[in-house]
Amino acid sequence: MSETSESRLSIKARLPVFLRRADPAVLTAFGCIFLLLLLGSLYSSNFLSPDYLLQQLKVASFLGVVAAGMMVVILLGHIDLSVPWVMTMGAMMACAAAGFGEIGAAVAIPVGVLSGMAFGLLNGLGVAYLRIPSMIVTLASNVVAQGLMVVYTGGFSPQDSAPNAIRWLATGALLPGVPNAILVWSGVSAAMVFLFTRTAFGRAVYGIGNSERAAFLSGVGTRRVVMIAFVVSGGLSAFGGVLLAGYASKAAQAMGDPYLLPSIAAVVLGGTSILGGRGSYFGTVAGVILITLLQSILSVMQMPEAGRQIVYGVVIIVMLLLYGRAPPSR
Amino acid sequence: MSEWRYWLNEQRGTLTGLVIFLVMFTVYVANHPAGFTANVVHTAANKGVLLAFVAMAQALVVITAGIDLSVGMILVLTNCLASWIVVGGVMPTSLGVAAVLATGTLCGAINGMLVIYGRLQPIVATIATGAVYFGLALLLRPFPGGSVNEDLADALTGRLFGVVPSSLVALAAVVLLVWLPFKRSVAGRAAYAAGSSEPAAFMSGVPIRRGKFAAYLLGGLLAGMGGLFLTFFTYTGEAAYASGSAYTLWSIAAVVLGGVSLYGGRGSAVGAIFGAFAARTTGDMLFAFDVDPLWQPLLQGIVLMIAVSIGSLALLRVRNRLDWFQ
Repeated sequence: MSETSESRLSIKARLPVFLRRADPAVLTAFGCIFLLLLLGSLYSSNFLSPDYLLQQLKVASFLGVVAAGMMVVILLGHIDLSVPWVMTMGAMMACAAAGFGEIGAAVAIPVGVLSGMAFGLLNGLGVAYLRIPSMIVTLASNVVAQGLMVVYTGGFSPQDSAPNAIRWLATGALLPGVPNAILVWSGVSAAMVFLFTRTAFGRAVYGIGNSERAAFLSGVGTRRVVMIAFVVSGGLSAFGGVLLAGYASKAAQAMGDPYLLPSIAAVVLGGTSILGGRGSYFGTVAGVILITLLQSILSVMQMPEAGRQIVYGVVIIVMLLLYGRAPPSR
Repeated sequence: MSEWRYWLNEQRGTLTGLVIFLVMFTVYVANHPAGFTANVVHTAANKGVLLAFVAMAQALVVITAGIDLSVGMILVLTNCLASWIVVGGVMPTSLGVAAVLATGTLCGAINGMLVIYGRLQPIVATIATGAVYFGLALLLRPFPGGSVNEDLADALTGRLFGVVPSSLVALAAVVLLVWLPFKRSVAGRAAYAAGSSEPAAFMSGVPIRRGKFAAYLLGGLLAGMGGLFLTFFTYTGEAAYASGSAYTLWSIAAVVLGGVSLYGGRGSAVGAIFGAFAARTTGDMLFAFDVDPLWQPLLQGIVLMIAVSIGSLALLRVRNRLDWFQ
């Protein structure tokens, strides 16, 4: 027994430093990305062209922004199921604000994000102060957001199209050749890495994820931290929705529905423990790229929606079984 | 304390659910133009029974301190399957019914295996299996359609002796044949014990794995019955994502209204049935009060929000702030 562990140690010791420190889950995720690219390039040579890869990153950036918010909440050991309609609401509110002339167009993006943050606040109050299980509160607030949007649109898709600023943010190119959406995602990512590694808030999030009691007894205002985390998640979901509206050039009912499962999957595939307290942001980035490539390959192979759902579910379950299991309770 | 007060304390959640339902139903019937007639009761029963099956399924899992976010998708899958195979004469129909129920049970068993033996979190595991079940349903029915043995469907959705809705009788039979034996069995007690305190149950030598697995398994069976009844009501199969997630959502609401604790170990599937009927009555009430249909989703969402907030009243009883973090 001791021999095997020693030989393991020596193997580990021989690895270069950056590999020794890396999370095996993150390495697995990046390994899967390379595998998918390899498989794709066997199918069609276009898969390795820079144009295709940039296009994939652009599509991934919408999911990436949403998954960043989801990750904050999952690190706490909670979950945010209100993503679909908070996204839709963010998009619709931004497009609606743009209807109010010059000033409206200028504040369109903040209005969309703020509406998402308001719902995040509702979720956060319910989870942190009323101690309702997060899954239940966010399911309920998803219905409330849906109800509000149904009332607002009168049951139809509004004809409001996305203002130019939002379209530029999603599809324009500030640097030649690099879509703005990727820059936005990079910005959000940099902010998240800073938040997780350099701020007291980030440390508190990891602490609460491991043991809220211990964090509370160490003097962390756990309820405030949990509430802010949900506000961040709501705001980022809505921002993702705004970007998506810019990409599709209009907001539509139920446009956020296909983002709930992928955003959770991306976070979990990136090695973040669903129980909270463990996970790195780079894993989430890897998860987002992995999911986007998987989607792209499935659609290139002309897999019908049914097959895609099944592949999704099976991939998530297999990855969870590989490294998302709870420790044995005894 | 005398015997009946213990009983009352144990059944408090269920009785609260019953009272909520009775009050809402009375208000609904009083405002219904037709009043308290067999027709009104029949329609309300048929709508409620579907959700009641799914809510019972959810209650079984919630009692073990788990959650099943795939119940709605099991309902959709079994609905699509039933629209293919519950047809023809007596023999093919009964074989079809058996196959549909077996499919539901299998879905529940897969959930149980992943959660108990795979040690996955119930939330994520059942979201993922729900996606698989919905994908299978879409494979079976890319477009709505199909048919069902109409004699059987009419018999199970009609009225007995012209008064009693037969769907209610079927529901009562399921309670008597599935829920009560389960509750009184070793596995049922183990499910309650595991939900109440898993370490304590383990230390006492309670077969918690068997109990939890039985709960997930029977949950799948009950959701399958719901799918079967959906086919009997609509005569068709449809793989509708929105309908599946709505059933999942309202099953959780029904469980909460019916006094089943989301932290496990308290409540009963009978309470969930009352919760389901109460939840359905909220929708009907909006019709009876002639609310603009556009506002209905919002009002239902607000009712749901209030319903889930009720549980937090227990916070007022917490003496030690560390008890918040259980």
